[in-house]
Amino acid sequence: MKRLLAHPVWAGVAGMALLLALGAALPRWLLFLCTMSAANGIVSLGIVLLMRGGVVSFGQGLVFAGGGYAVALMANKLGVTDALLLTFAGGVVAALMALPFAALLARYRGIFFSMLTLALSMVLYGVLVKTESLGGSDGFNMSRPTILGMRIADAWSGYVLYALAVVVSGVLAILARIYFESARGLVSLAIRENELRVEYLGASTSRVMAANFVIAAFMGGVGGALAIMALGHIEPQFSYWTTSGEFVFVSILAGHYSVFAVFVASFILELVRSFSSAYFPNTWQMVLGIFLLIVIRFLPRGIGSVWVGWQARKEGRS
Amino acid sequence: MTPILSARGLNKRFGAVVAADHVSIDIVAGEHVSLIGSNGAGKTTFVNMITGYLKPDRGEIFLEGRDVTALGPRQITQLGVARSFQIPQLCAEMSVLDNMLVAAACGDGALSFWRPAHTRDKLDRAAALLERFGLHLHSRRRVAELPGGVRKLLDIAMALTHRPKILLLDEPTSGVSADEKFPMMDTVTAALGSEDVTVLFVEHDMDIVTRYASRVVAFYSGRILADGAPDQVLVDEEVKRYVTGSAH
Repeated sequence: MKRLLAHPVWAGVAGMALLLALGAALPRWLLFLCTMSAANGIVSLGIVLLMRGGVVSFGQGLVFAGGGYAVALMANKLGVTDALLLTFAGGVVAALMALPFAALLARYRGIFFSMLTLALSMVLYGVLVKTESLGGSDGFNMSRPTILGMRIADAWSGYVLYALAVVVSGVLAILARIYFESARGLVSLAIRENELRVEYLGASTSRVMAANFVIAAFMGGVGGALAIMALGHIEPQFSYWTTSGEFVFVSILAGHYSVFAVFVASFILELVRSFSSAYFPNTWQMVLGIFLLIVIRFLPRGIGSVWVGWQARKEGRS
Repeated sequence: MTPILSARGLNKRFGAVVAADHVSIDIVAGEHVSLIGSNGAGKTTFVNMITGYLKPDRGEIFLEGRDVTALGPRQITQLGVARSFQIPQLCAEMSVLDNMLVAAACGDGALSFWRPAHTRDKLDRAAALLERFGLHLHSRRRVAELPGGVRKLLDIAMALTHRPKILLLDEPTSGVSADEKFPMMDTVTAALGSEDVTVLFVEHDMDIVTRYASRVVAFYSGRILADGAPDQVLVDEEVKRYVTGSAH
């Protein structure tokens, strides 16, 4: 059993089954919190994928909003209501949005990459705010989706969207883990450390980085699609720099060592945000900031480094 | 004999500095060619032009008869030219084995999104190469923890992963203690023994050049001053005056 769970696919499937079972016993407010954690966690997972190649996107709000708006418009204007189809469509639209910029951004590193992505997301924000047909700064609502052709009853809507978020994030987490352990995943890590060497070994660093950007965009779009379905409302704030900043916050909190840590970090953010906004309504961002400083001080490589380090020590003993 | 590598009239200037001045050379397969010259003589510029890192202002480079002048480092590597660096270019936070697996992955053509980097086949190949370089005992160690000589060997081992036709070694013994230079070169030579590879190495130590080169090319002010067997080139008066500094 232990050996079976060491395989990322079976560990992921077991984790999903556990969370689906646990969800049936959770109160509605916590289900919503978990759904949003999973949706936002997928976006942050995309940033972690970029971080492994040595770049951080400060503009994932671009694809988060892109996926969200696409899904809301497909539901409202085209009558597409299936949640699974909409989730996939959100990812595809976001990836298509990222595609024209991928080759350009793949040439930049460090702060230049971060600022360019931030600029792109703020351009979208500006366009959304000024576009009256999309609700301007107020955004617009989206009706509740269906699942596999069935309407979702009010009493079950929270759980069904939670289950969808768990399954989608679980599948993407498994795929991300497979990718991180692949030849391309290892080369991404090498690019982070020594790009010159990778080029002299015959691999194209710009192609790897461009592919990473498009994959991260797909994840951002899927996250946006799940978030809009849970919230039932979308607005330009999805693309604002503070939203992108929260995704980066989760990525730093998680580190780039563990896929699971990204979702844990996302859940921690939602918890801290919920409770601190309830108890410190005017200073909750400060609480978040202090929390991040503590994590950076004591876990500079993120919370994922705790169990990766623990695993390494265990393997060293055996 | 058809040369494996040809340079024709290479010129390269950096402002007022002439780094390559009508450099023409033919390298035949199987040769072990040492490039010598004082600092700024144009050796590294020549290596950088051969590997596509620098483009010559004028002149052409042919690899097995194919014009590669306009190609970049990646394309030239894919055509079978590998190199090591004066300062080893490694992934310092990764283990020695992972560095070898990076080299294996990079040379495999299309990088797989799902095929694991740590397959049994690749692990075995990496382990075998590490053993040839005497690095197998370090395979699990982080590169950042390794001494300079071991890093140099790893740099060369990585370059050899995909059985290149031409291997360029940029000062393989620089930064290595005098006692370690010959054992290190012996290790490299033994590791190359079974490979059908042409070697060009930049070197300042004339004892190393004498022992390990089959041909010596001496550079001075961006020009080739002398080219031939070590026992001819190293006694040349101009080479002694401008390169080795042993003229009386």
